[in-house]
Order: sequence, then C-alpha cells, then structure tokens
Amino acid sequence: MSNVVEIANLDKSYGKSKVVFEDLNLNLPEGRIIGLLGPNGSGKTTLIKLLAGLLKQEEGTISIAGNPVGVKSKADVAYLPERTYFNEYMRIKQFINMFKDFYQDFDENRAYEMLRLLKLDPNMTFKKLSKGNKEKVQLIMVMSRRAKLYLLDEPIAGVDPAARDYILQTIIKNYDEKATILLSTHLIYDIENILDDVIFIKEGKIILQKDADELREEKGQSVDEVFREVFRCLENV
Amino acid sequence: MAWKFNNDTPIYLQIVEEIKLQIAKGQLKAGEQIPSVRDLAVTAGVNPNTMQKALAELEREGVLYSQRTSGRFVADSSESVTTMRDEMSGKYVGGFVSSMRGLGYTDEGIVAAVERYIKEEQNE
Repeated sequence: MSNVVEIANLDKSYGKSKVVFEDLNLNLPEGRIIGLLGPNGSGKTTLIKLLAGLLKQEEGTISIAGNPVGVKSKADVAYLPERTYFNEYMRIKQFINMFKDFYQDFDENRAYEMLRLLKLDPNMTFKKLSKGNKEKVQLIMVMSRRAKLYLLDEPIAGVDPAARDYILQTIIKNYDEKATILLSTHLIYDIENILDDVIFIKEGKIILQKDADELREEKGQSVDEVFREVFRCLENV
Repeated sequence: MAWKFNNDTPIYLQIVEEIKLQIAKGQLKAGEQIPSVRDLAVTAGVNPNTMQKALAELEREGVLYSQRTSGRFVADSSESVTTMRDEMSGKYVGGFVSSMRGLGYTDEGIVAAVERYIKEEQNE
C-alpha cells in the first residue's frame, strides 16, 4: 500500500515562542478513512492547513501523492475548513459554478444530485440556510470532487444528530476507494464506526497511529474510551 | 438506519455476527445475492473497508461465496444455517441461564420457569 501523504522532519511554529510541531514524521496510506483525534490546541487544524497549503512549515517536507505541497498538490486535495468561507449572499448554484471553474475534478452532477436528495433548492442563497444545511452544502461541494486526499476539519461539530448521520453517510458514499480522508474531530463517539485508522495527537506529537478495530481488540474498549484514558493520564503527569 | 454497534469490540466481528444472525433468521436466504460493499457500508453506517473485511471473513468461513463478475451470495448449505442457529441459540440460552442463576434460581427452577412462561403465553 502506498502513501498518499508523507511528512518528514517537519517543524512548524507561530512566531518565535509558539512551537506546534518539532520533527514531526507521519505517513498516511491511501484508501483509508483516518480520524485525527486530539483535544483543542493539539495541532489538528495546523496540520490540516499545512497539508492544504495554507500554512508553510519552517523545516521538513510534506508530499501529497508524490508532489510537494503547492499548485500540483492542491489539485489532488479537497479541503473542508473548520469555519465557513462561503459568501453568505451567493446562491448554492453559484458555488457550484465556482467550484467547477476552480477544480477540474469537480463533478457537477453529483453535487446537484446530493442537493436534490436533501431537497435543497440550488437557487437559495447561503444566508437563508440553517446551520446544519450550511454544513451539508459545504460538505457536498468538497465531496463532489474526485480528490486523492480529503481534509475535513471538524465536519460534524455543532450539527444535530440527523445532520451528522447525513454527513457521515455522504462521506462513506462519495469517497473513491483509493482516496484517503483525514478527518479531525474531538467528537469521537459519534464518528468512530466509520474510521479505519485513528491518530491521537497531543501537543503536536503523534502519540498513537493504529487500525481502529485492532485498537478495540487490543484494549477491549471503544476508541472513545481509549482516547479519554490516554488524555487523562497525560494530564496527570 | 445504521446498525447498532458496541464499540468495545472490533466492528468487523460484529458485522460478521449480524450477517450470520440475518441468515439464521431467514432474512437472508441461501443463494441470495447480497448488496455491494459500498451499499452495505452505507446501510450499516460503517466504513467500506470494515465491511469488506467482514465479508472476506464470512467468505473464509464459507457463509458467503463470491462470483467474480456478479457479486457475493449467501452459501447454499442448510448445514451451516443450522450450525449458525445452534451457535446463536447457545449464546442466548447461556446468557439467560446465567441471569436466572444470578436471581437465585436452581436449574430445575429455571426449567420450570420457562415451561410456565410458555404455557401462560399459549393460554393468552
């Protein structure tokens, strides 16, 4: 199995005093749904932004599908940010046209089909959508691409259980078998059934990277329980 | 919607159990084609790789078989259905008996309680 992401000897800090990563090494295999799990401030969003090419490291290398992060890698990466960047006054249809212009791998029909299933009118402006539907529309845009790497930063935060189920189903239905999804969350309980692998991150260090079912077998606990235990222990040190 | 899982044990083993249960109950019949990995994954609310692993395990055990071009089918062996039903019933009875013992019933008392229950049900 080859890796879709290879990170080697990565250093990243904000300013001089705030070190996020020091000599980080991490490989992500293709064809997996990977949960990036860690408490607030552990570096999840920073890692995702580095992979998306929105931040630049000081040292080390990141390659995505064999290319360093840059113009080429961005064509292979579909990124769902934690916060919305969509213009509130644009119509859903206009987002679709925008994505079609930006990304060669955007599948317009897939986007319209998903909107139809949700009974969302493409002529609606983003502003008029409920919070849950805003999340769904953004996810539809991202998952309508045929990317090699999907970066989903907190895709289920702050939506109701029905919307969460819809989002998880959309993820399962729409990703290509060879594509990898890196999904960050601290709501592990809700999402652990769909994960192949889990990565625990604490203060910029990868403290565990493992197949989710192997972890359950080994510990006799859910990923959620293991997570709570691991992070409780560390806090007591 | 999504199947219920107990997250303490590997999900793929629970899927294996669930599909065996569906066969034992006759919800899935011998020779019947099962849905694609992706569709089953969506129904169960799990990752396609996990579903794939569970189906591979079921194939290895001879519960399912695959035909290269047309998909996966439930194996046509009444023997394995009987074995599966026996396995399941063993589990249910085991759990029941140990709960009854926990309540302080003797083995004779447990048998009597079952007989009484069935009789009462028939009279209703």
